[in-house]
Order: sequence, then structure tokens, then C-alpha cells
Amino acid sequence: MGSITLKQVTKNFGDVNVIKPLDLQIHDGEFIVFVGPSGCGKSTLLRMIAGLEDTTSGNIDIDGQDATHTPPAKRGLAMVFQSYALYPHMSVRNNIAFPLKRAKVSPKEIAEKIASAAKILNLGDYLDRKPGQLSGGQRQRVAIGRAIVRQPSAFLFDEPLSNLDASLRVNMRLEISELHKSLATTMVYVTHDQVEAMTMADRIAVFNAGVIEQVGTPLELYQRPVNRFVAGFIGSPKMNFIDVEAGDDSVSSIGVRPEHISLSENSGKWLGRVGVIEHLGSETFLHVHVDKVGTLTVKAGGDCPLEYGDDVYLNVTPDKTLRFDKNGLTLPPMPVKEQFSKPFTNQSAPASLGTESK
Amino acid sequence: MAINNSNKSKIIYTALAWSISGMIFFPILWTLLTSFKTEAEAISASPSLFMFDWTLENYSDVLARSSYFNHFWNSVVISIGSSLLGLLIAVPAAWSMAFVQTKRTKHLLMWMLSTKMLPPVGVLIPIYLIFRDFGLLDTKLGLVIVMTLVNLPIMVWMLYTYFREIPHEILEASRMDGCTISEEIFHVLLPLALPGIASTLLLNVILAWNEAFWTLILTAADAAPLTAFIASYSSPEGLFYAKLSAASVMAIVPILILGWFSQKQLVRGLSFGAVK
Repeated sequence: MGSITLKQVTKNFGDVNVIKPLDLQIHDGEFIVFVGPSGCGKSTLLRMIAGLEDTTSGNIDIDGQDATHTPPAKRGLAMVFQSYALYPHMSVRNNIAFPLKRAKVSPKEIAEKIASAAKILNLGDYLDRKPGQLSGGQRQRVAIGRAIVRQPSAFLFDEPLSNLDASLRVNMRLEISELHKSLATTMVYVTHDQVEAMTMADRIAVFNAGVIEQVGTPLELYQRPVNRFVAGFIGSPKMNFIDVEAGDDSVSSIGVRPEHISLSENSGKWLGRVGVIEHLGSETFLHVHVDKVGTLTVKAGGDCPLEYGDDVYLNVTPDKTLRFDKNGLTLPPMPVKEQFSKPFTNQSAPASLGTESK
Repeated sequence: MAINNSNKSKIIYTALAWSISGMIFFPILWTLLTSFKTEAEAISASPSLFMFDWTLENYSDVLARSSYFNHFWNSVVISIGSSLLGLLIAVPAAWSMAFVQTKRTKHLLMWMLSTKMLPPVGVLIPIYLIFRDFGLLDTKLGLVIVMTLVNLPIMVWMLYTYFREIPHEILEASRMDGCTISEEIFHVLLPLALPGIASTLLLNVILAWNEAFWTLILTAADAAPLTAFIASYSSPEGLFYAKLSAASVMAIVPILILGWFSQKQLVRGLSFGAVK
């Protein structure tokens, strides 16, 4: 069991309200990611679930029991911290054994659990080393090992990969996902990196200024964001937003993802000039300046032949665009023929120029 | 040329450093040498630095006339006892100030420190009267209590500084791992802050060992430590420089030995956290 229910939970630091009344149901066995910009309250909420921060009002239920005022150790949760938070004066073995010793588990069972965790996390060769003698990735594995052995009802991860380099981060991402599949235990994972969120989560909760903007599967958030904030936060590179002049309809801006813009040498809806080009090998990000529209990011193929200063036509995949009202809320999609009637000037069909159109 | 200039300034700075060290060390050297002189040579109008008749007579006299080992034992009990009792109070106090801060924590710390700026004589009468009424005059327990209170602000400040260097997340991890507050302190905080705790303990042993004001006022014979023992040689019968020096040497040697062997620990502890 590992269901967590948040009911009208709030958190104040002095006079500052960092978590506004919030409801969330985390299902048993699911991998939920809290994502949002720095200072949005995602880590605070995780620490409230852990019991490391008091809850100002509302209730936190764990497995159906009210745990709002239960001490951290009695909540049956394990936490993995951004800085690993290993005990530097203890060996890896003793770090992993520490929570078991506190729980008065027998030495035989402790040895078995350490062996099992070491096998899962490939830590067998490092058990007698001190944390200071390990690399960042190994330390993070020890921290996960310390969490695993407790067999918690849910794991809480507070930006666990932030201190790792890029390649190690990808590996650890996979390892944590694998671990979730094999343990089938609830995992609540905090990150500001939307790529981590998209690749790991069963569901994502997008936070902004102490409120949850939207909860949904990664594809739901990508395809059907409820507002401009979520649309802009989910997806890499970020969605392009184009402001629309006020008219009779309620559309204030439209959003189009870089992967939904195609490039053409001959014809298109907008004529733009290529600015900075970012070559990533398998794909290319182009920043194209379009008069009266602004700079648009376009995702093209890795072999895109355009250079800085080239003129290029841009076309948008019409059914992939989003419309937002003046409050930033997503409006229902319009019939294809009516889309972009204002910003578009040339309706001719695009020719392909190494773009990835979905 | 550059090398010559550099060598010249090196020599000047070295000479300067030795001169200052000599000035600091001279009173101790003077005491040490005087302790091996006769009383006549010690008060001679033209004293000799090294060319005198060396004698151990003062040491044998001091040992014969006074119960040195009683005073030594009193010093040990008072300095170590007050330092341990102080730690017992200062560790939880510093823990709460470092990890459970309130708006007033900084003010409280400043207030504690300000008590060290108060001249001790300012509270002499109330403390003397309290000690008299509670029967603590000339008792080791009384001295342990007063030394603990006198040095407590420094202990709390030092430990607070060391504790602040320990990542908060490690303590939170221990809380998640099932530790109570006392387990968190004993199993995680204290081992991590051990260098700082050791230097706090050592510094307080030294401060308590060297304390003269309160020991002279609150003790007479039974609980008198070595500081009172030295002072006893400055009697109305006259000053006995040589014997006074011998007593002083015997009082400072134990603490000098302790300081010598723990200097690395002391320096490490005192500079803890200064450089990350």
C-alpha cells in the first residue's frame, strides 16, 4: 500500500503563503512527478508529505490514515535528498543499515537486506567504503539503497539527480524508472527538469506559485495543457507563443510547438530570417525572427542546411496549435480553416526542408 | 636582485616574528629560570639570566610545604568537571539554536555573549551570598557550577558555529530513518561535529584551569585549585619569588603539556568552517 491523499493542504512561512489550499490523490504504486520552476512550492509539499515541514492547515492521509501530525519516521516513507544526505562518518554498509538498526531489525535480517539492496544497485564492491570515497552516482545509489531497505509504502525523491552530470543523470533516470517497475512502490519525485518529468512519470503535477496548475499523464500535459503556463513548461524546446490582436473572439495568444513548425525555401505562412542555430546532431533548433510575430524556435532535422541570416518560410501544422484567452486558459480547438486567420499572410502549402513534423 | 630583496624581507620578517615570540614567551622563561634560583638571586638587583647556581630547592620546598597534588586534583576535577557539565548543557542548546531557529535566536546568542563582557566582579556579591547560603563555598561542586556558568556562553557559541556547518539534510535524513532527537544528536550530529566538540572541550578545560578570579574568592583550602596554590605564595610574610615561580611552573606544566599534545586539534577546531 502506498496511497497518499492531500486534502486542502496549505503551508505558510510566517506571513508568506507558499502552498495555497491544494487537493491531490496519489495512487498506490504510481510514479508521480512534481514539476515547476524554482520557488513554486513543490519541494515544500514533498517535505510536508515527509513530515519534515509542519502542515499549516488541511490533512495528509497516508494509506487512509491521517498522518498530518505523525513524525517523519512513523509515516512509513523513505526520502532521497538532492545532496544525498549520507552519513559521512559511516561506511556504505552502515549507512544502509542505519534505518534498520533504528527499527531494531535483527542483524541477520539487516545483512540479508543490505545484500539484496547492494545487488539491485550494484553496490557490492563499495559496501566498506565511506561516502567520501564514492562518485556522485554511487552516492546517490547508496541513498536509494538506504531508502529501499526500509521497504517504505512510498519513496520521496527531492531533485535527486540535480547534482549529477548530464550523462550520469540519464543513467540514473533509467535506473530509478527500472526500480519503480521492479518494486511497484509509490514514488513521488520532485524536479524542475521537465525532461525528467516527461520521461519518468506515470502522472505529472505541474506547480506554479504554490498551486497545482494541472495533473495528468505526460502526453495529456503535452497535448492538452489547461493553460499557457503548462503549455510553456512542458515540452523542450519551449512552445512558441504568438500574441494576437484583440478582436471579437476571446483569443489572446496562440501557441505552437517548435516541432510543429516546418521550414520551406519557397513558400509559407511567414517569412523569417534565421538567427542562432543550435546543432544537436540528431536535430537542430533554429531561432527564426519573423516581422510582427517575434522570434520563433523551430525544431528541424539534424541535417538542416540553413545558416545564420538565411531567409526561410515557416509553416504551422494547423491542428497542433493551441489558443489561449486573456487569462492564459486554453480555449477549445477551432476548425482548421479558421486557424491563424490573423497572423498568417500566405496560405500556400509548405515545401519540406529537413523538418520533423508530427 | 629580486631574490636578494625577497631573502632580505624574509630575514626581516623572521627576525620580527622571533622578537614578538620572544616578548610573549619571556615572562614564562623568566618564571622558569627564577624557579631554579635561590630567593636571594631571584630578588638580586642585577639578576643573571642563565649564569646562576641552579637549584631544585624551591620545588622540594613547595612540595614539602604545600599539598600540591591536592590542588592539582582540584584543578583536574574543576576544569574537566565544568567542561563536561558545560557540554551537557551546551550541546542541546547549540542544537536548538542551530537547527530550530526562531526570530529571537540571534538576540539570545548575542545576549549570552554579552554576559562575557560583564566584569565578573559585578556579580561577585550575589554569587558569594548564594554560595554561602547553599554551603557551596570552598567546595569543588561549587567551583564546577560557577566555572560551567562562566564558560557556557563560549561553549554554546563555539558549538553553534560548528553545528551550523553540518548540512541540515543529513539530520533530516536521520529523522526519516527513524531517529528521535536524542538519537539524531548522538548518532549523527556529535560524530560529525567531533573536531569542534573536542576543541570546545579542550579550550574550556584550559580556561577553567587558568581561572583565578572565582577560585581565589570562592575557595580557601579544601577546593583550592592550582591558581589558588600559586597565590598562596604571595603571603603577608613577604614575596618569595623563587618559590612562587616554582609553584607557577608546577601549575602551568600540566596544561602546557595538554595544550602541546592537542594543539593540532585546537587549531583545527578553532578554524573549523573558516575555509570551505
